Amino acid sequence: MSVKQDQRRFREIVKGKIKENFKKYITHEEMIGKREQEYVKIPIPRISIPTFKYGPKQQGGVGQGQGKPGDAVQGDPQNGEPGQGQAGEGEGQHLLEVEVSYDELAEILGGQLELPRIEPKGNKSIESMKTKYTGLRPIGPESLRNFKASFKEALKRQIISKTYDPDKPIIVPIKKDMRYRSFKTVPQPTSNAVVFYIMDVSGSMGEEQKEIVRLESFWLHTWIRKHYKGLQTRFIIHDASAQEVDEETFFRTSESGGTLISSAYNLVKKTIDEEYPIDQWNIYVFHFSDGDNWSSEDTRYCIKLLREDLLGKVNLFGYGQVESRYGSGQFMKDLEKSMGDEQNFVMSRIANRDQIVDSIKTFLQKGN
Amino acid sequence: MKGLPPELVAEQIRVEKMARGYGLDFFQTVFEMITYDQMSEFAAQGGFPSRYPHWRFGMEYEKLSKSYEYGLSKIYEMVINTDPCYAYLMEGNMFVDQKLVMAHVYGHCDFFKNNQWFSRTDRKMMDTMANHGTRIRRYMDRYGYDVVEDFIDKCLSIENLIDRHSPYFSGSTSNQNSSRNQEPVKQEVTPLKNTGAGYMDKYINPPEYLEKQREEIKKTETTEKKVQTERDVLHYLIKNSPLEDWQQDILSIIRVESYYFAPQGMTKIMNEGWASYWHTTMMTNGLLTDGEVIDYADHHSGTTAMAPTGFNPYKIGIELFRNIEERWNKGQFGREWEQCEDYTQRKNWDKKLGLGRQKIFEVRRNYNDVMFIDEFLTEDFCIQNKMFVYKYNQRTNEYVIDTRNFAEVKKKLLFQLTNFGQPIIEVMDGNYENKGELLLRHLYEGVDLQPDYMKETMKNVQEIWKRPVNLMTIMDNQEKIFRSDGSEFKEITLKDLPKSSQG
Repeated sequence: MSVKQDQRRFREIVKGKIKENFKKYITHEEMIGKREQEYVKIPIPRISIPTFKYGPKQQGGVGQGQGKPGDAVQGDPQNGEPGQGQAGEGEGQHLLEVEVSYDELAEILGGQLELPRIEPKGNKSIESMKTKYTGLRPIGPESLRNFKASFKEALKRQIISKTYDPDKPIIVPIKKDMRYRSFKTVPQPTSNAVVFYIMDVSGSMGEEQKEIVRLESFWLHTWIRKHYKGLQTRFIIHDASAQEVDEETFFRTSESGGTLISSAYNLVKKTIDEEYPIDQWNIYVFHFSDGDNWSSEDTRYCIKLLREDLLGKVNLFGYGQVESRYGSGQFMKDLEKSMGDEQNFVMSRIANRDQIVDSIKTFLQKGN
Repeated sequence: MKGLPPELVAEQIRVEKMARGYGLDFFQTVFEMITYDQMSEFAAQGGFPSRYPHWRFGMEYEKLSKSYEYGLSKIYEMVINTDPCYAYLMEGNMFVDQKLVMAHVYGHCDFFKNNQWFSRTDRKMMDTMANHGTRIRRYMDRYGYDVVEDFIDKCLSIENLIDRHSPYFSGSTSNQNSSRNQEPVKQEVTPLKNTGAGYMDKYINPPEYLEKQREEIKKTETTEKKVQTERDVLHYLIKNSPLEDWQQDILSIIRVESYYFAPQGMTKIMNEGWASYWHTTMMTNGLLTDGEVIDYADHHSGTTAMAPTGFNPYKIGIELFRNIEERWNKGQFGREWEQCEDYTQRKNWDKKLGLGRQKIFEVRRNYNDVMFIDEFLTEDFCIQNKMFVYKYNQRTNEYVIDTRNFAEVKKKLLFQLTNFGQPIIEVMDGNYENKGELLLRHLYEGVDLQPDYMKETMKNVQEIWKRPVNLMTIMDNQEKIFRSDGSEFKEITLKDLPKSSQG
């Protein structure tokens, strides 16, 4: 099968392009906006074969439909042709985005940053069953009835049996016309790793800081998920108090209150204790903040929590201090003083986008 | 790949008989049943099961198979222009779809066999393609995969620079016949025949005279090379570039394949229109059973559907054929018809000539898309089908309807169809400024080239030509020459054009 070889070759070229521009991809948001279950869509610069061609914007074209001169044409008329019929010339040179699986992306990331592979602790993985819809069948529960397919069957039957009257188009489906969505159950490996992302959402964390956190957590996530069958994520935001949110809220929320970091650490501790028995879960925590804490007393409490509680439970605790327009806070310095020698504790300072790459490397180079 | 199940074989016989009954004339047609994955694979390779290795086919395959898996598009059929004609049906399609596809395929096969633009295509292209693959694989073994692939990239970059209307291209593909060996016969100075021994030579063939003649021929030869332009840029490069033998062979292969696919591009609207015309005709005249009407209608409307403001060449094709048939049946052509300006008279015009079928068969034999649109796209048709010209509005960053004026619509459509809507580039000079540089010229038709693509393409030409390459074109209303010497890309403005000649 020669085309499979061509496809492999194509994918190699794509990966080459990504490697070439890797720094750019890490520090720009264009790719992580397009996440799917298994793939990321990456805009690739010019993988088409250059030819002499007209610039499209000046060119225009012919269309069909309603409207007066001056009215906007809906959609992109350049893509007006439906995708059916003859194979034509196999040209198709306008590929703007390619799909790259997280696995491949992680591979590239690991290779570019020379990251050691993560060694999971314990190897429990439990399988569960998941339902997947696959097609249509004539029996099933009412809740899964497909109306369009059922009416189509009824219409067919009525035409064959000559009971369909075009002047009085009434269609009455009977039992044997009914079509139901069919499903089958497939085994699904249960996640055996969890990542907590904690972010300081107090007023001093601006848009740019959050964008850095978003990019960095995307790459951390890509790398970690490669090493586990599945991966759960929990998002915790905090100012003076902490709460768990969904991903969307995580990156959107902006508060003006003060900062009590211990509130977040406590919430993580509580969640782990209640939901993630440490003999079954690999646990990762990444905390991003600009380093301003309410009081040195709270900082001392944080250090105590880390030392006595969290670090004994997690594979890795990463603290990333993002520089804000008010500069960089005291928290990191305090941690430096008292946390220096812990195996699974890593700190990194991220002054701007360009340092995301180094920061990821710092976080992940221990391989736990 | 497998043959058809018995019920489809029976159906094929029925469809084929019906098609012949309507007067369709085709090579033997072989149907194969393939999976959707194979369908994507073959489609990615231009319909052929075997091509030379290149990542572009892989990219196309990835796109097609993804878009099928996501339910965005589905290829129902594929036909290749060969003798016998091969056509693929997709496993798991509904019976009614398979019938429709078969009827559609016979339309294509008839078109391939009878349309004059296909008359010189290589009907054994299946073997030729496989042979090209073998040759290129051999080069890859010998010179390295990357080296050969890289060269193919450059060739593909200029694969569209052929003379698409060249009526003399035979489609011949074997190595022996490649154009390097078809150098024009050298002009020779032949001494006059002299019956006797050499003693009269001094008077009959004076040596000084012969020498003078030789010099003159030499002079015309060099200047001739300078003046002659060549539309078939690939041919020129194959003949005159300092290429290795294997590179020359690959460029010839690319050229041969371009010529093979050219007629399909030139007759896309007609070919699809013709096939759609026949599948509808046959389906609604006996092929369909009552129970299949809904699925047929569903599928058919899907194929010929249009986005609210899109343009579907298949739809225009079939509608035009129907329109021609109706006009020739009713006698709505000729001087009398053209000159009639009475609305009711025109509306009720029916001379019951019944020439429609005959006319559309004639059209399918002698026309290509440009001629088809030029001759048969009437103002009435244009209005009925709500056609318009759109343009890009820089200010609002969107496409807007420009005009519904018939002449404009037709002009735009013809422009899009001429040379596939691709710019025409020709070789002006292979020894530009007497420095062995290549001079190309873009025959400007009112639309600028896309600059970044132009730059990259010129770089590729330069790597084939090995000396600097110049391109004469008009950009931003100015006549310019661009020059690429491999490391540097330069722009030379010739002169400001007067406003009036900007069109």
